[in-house]
Amino acid sequence: MWLTPAEWQIVRFTLAVCALSTLLILPFGLAVAWPLARYRWPGKLLLETLVTLPLVLPPVATGLLLLKFFSRRGGVGQFLHERFGIDVVFTWRAVVAAAAVMSFPLLVRSARVGFQSVNQRLEHIARTLGASNPRVFFTITVPLASRGIIAGILLAFARAVGEFGATIVVAGNIPRRTTTLSLEIFETVQLGHDASAYRLLIVSVIIAFGAVWLSEALMKRSVSR
Amino acid sequence: MKLEIRRLSLRLEQFTLKIDVDLQRERTGIFGPSGAGKTSLLESIAGLRTPQTAMISLDGRLYENTAQNYSLPVRLRKIGYVPQDESLFPHLSVRRNLLYGIDGNAKHDTFSFDHVLSFLEIGPLLDRDVRSLSRGENQRIVIARALLSAPRLLLLDEPLTALDAKLKNAILEQLRSLHNEFGIPMMYVTHDPAEAIKICEEVLMLESGKITARGHPGQLLG
Repeated sequence: MWLTPAEWQIVRFTLAVCALSTLLILPFGLAVAWPLARYRWPGKLLLETLVTLPLVLPPVATGLLLLKFFSRRGGVGQFLHERFGIDVVFTWRAVVAAAAVMSFPLLVRSARVGFQSVNQRLEHIARTLGASNPRVFFTITVPLASRGIIAGILLAFARAVGEFGATIVVAGNIPRRTTTLSLEIFETVQLGHDASAYRLLIVSVIIAFGAVWLSEALMKRSVSR
Repeated sequence: MKLEIRRLSLRLEQFTLKIDVDLQRERTGIFGPSGAGKTSLLESIAGLRTPQTAMISLDGRLYENTAQNYSLPVRLRKIGYVPQDESLFPHLSVRRNLLYGIDGNAKHDTFSFDHVLSFLEIGPLLDRDVRSLSRGENQRIVIARALLSAPRLLLLDEPLTALDAKLKNAILEQLRSLHNEFGIPMMYVTHDPAEAIKICEEVLMLESGKITARGHPGQLLG
């Protein structure tokens, strides 16, 4: 293949952290998307706004918030460091955290559409057949919302791959430790290594195109069902 | 069967459904025009709607008592519900739809898988995709699925709507003998007098949320 070993390492690292971040946000994303799709309660608008915030906030600002949050003097960072000896800032964990926060809204929005497309009549019928609420959720609701959920997973993954602003603030750009595709493209352009930049650009486009295309196709089927 | 529905009051868009009735027949029909509150009544019994006030019990078992803030969860009511719209789980095969409500710990000779399948003549459909079923096949599977959950009461909400006359008659025959075969009481919602006469021992006439008449279907609708 035409990528150098160093570039391959960056691609592998990016795919791994993005997969991990998407996996991490999945249960939380579903836990937020489901009540948003089904219920009304005071404060729902606040939750909707908070969930959407990373989409509209400057990514660097989100990165700064994460830096505060995860630094050794920040709330969670201090706890993780003192209790478990784990540092987040400027490590691969920070890359995962930035990707997770930035891609969370996309997962929630798609999963919400998926849940809204489920015919609640079928859930009622399942209950009359003796199914408990968790059984109804996992055997009826989630499978019927799966197109929206999978679309959300793909979209979140693609967003994570493209993440730059928050990552550079909270994780830096440390070769072989926190360098992702986006950070490396920026770096190579800065250094005038255009050939490398374009090679990585093509990889990014292929990943993003595939994920978004699949996601759009699934969402269309989810809405029209 | 002894189904008691006391002081049921359920606010609907056009009117309030008000029912106070004691049902003891095994095959009761709920007859009335569209929008009379028939489906809402069934849904209240099944626990799919929460009335503003009601005391509902079936064979001495309390289902709903709003005065005591008590409502038995839907899954514990053991009520087989056959709605008028298609209600098979589209992502599951016919076989898995049928197995969905079977309690693995309970042994039922009456509602055994083979018995229900042969009675409703749906054996050949087991491996079919749910989406490939005709309307008549679909409704027979829905009825079978409800039976396999070993319910105490079967609620049928216009199950034969949109079927052609020949198919309707065939399934009506099966429904008529269903009580003898499985000993299960049923409530049958319809706005077709012929269906009510054929299936029911007693009919309640429902109009704008109130029972306006009650009696033998032949006398009331014939």
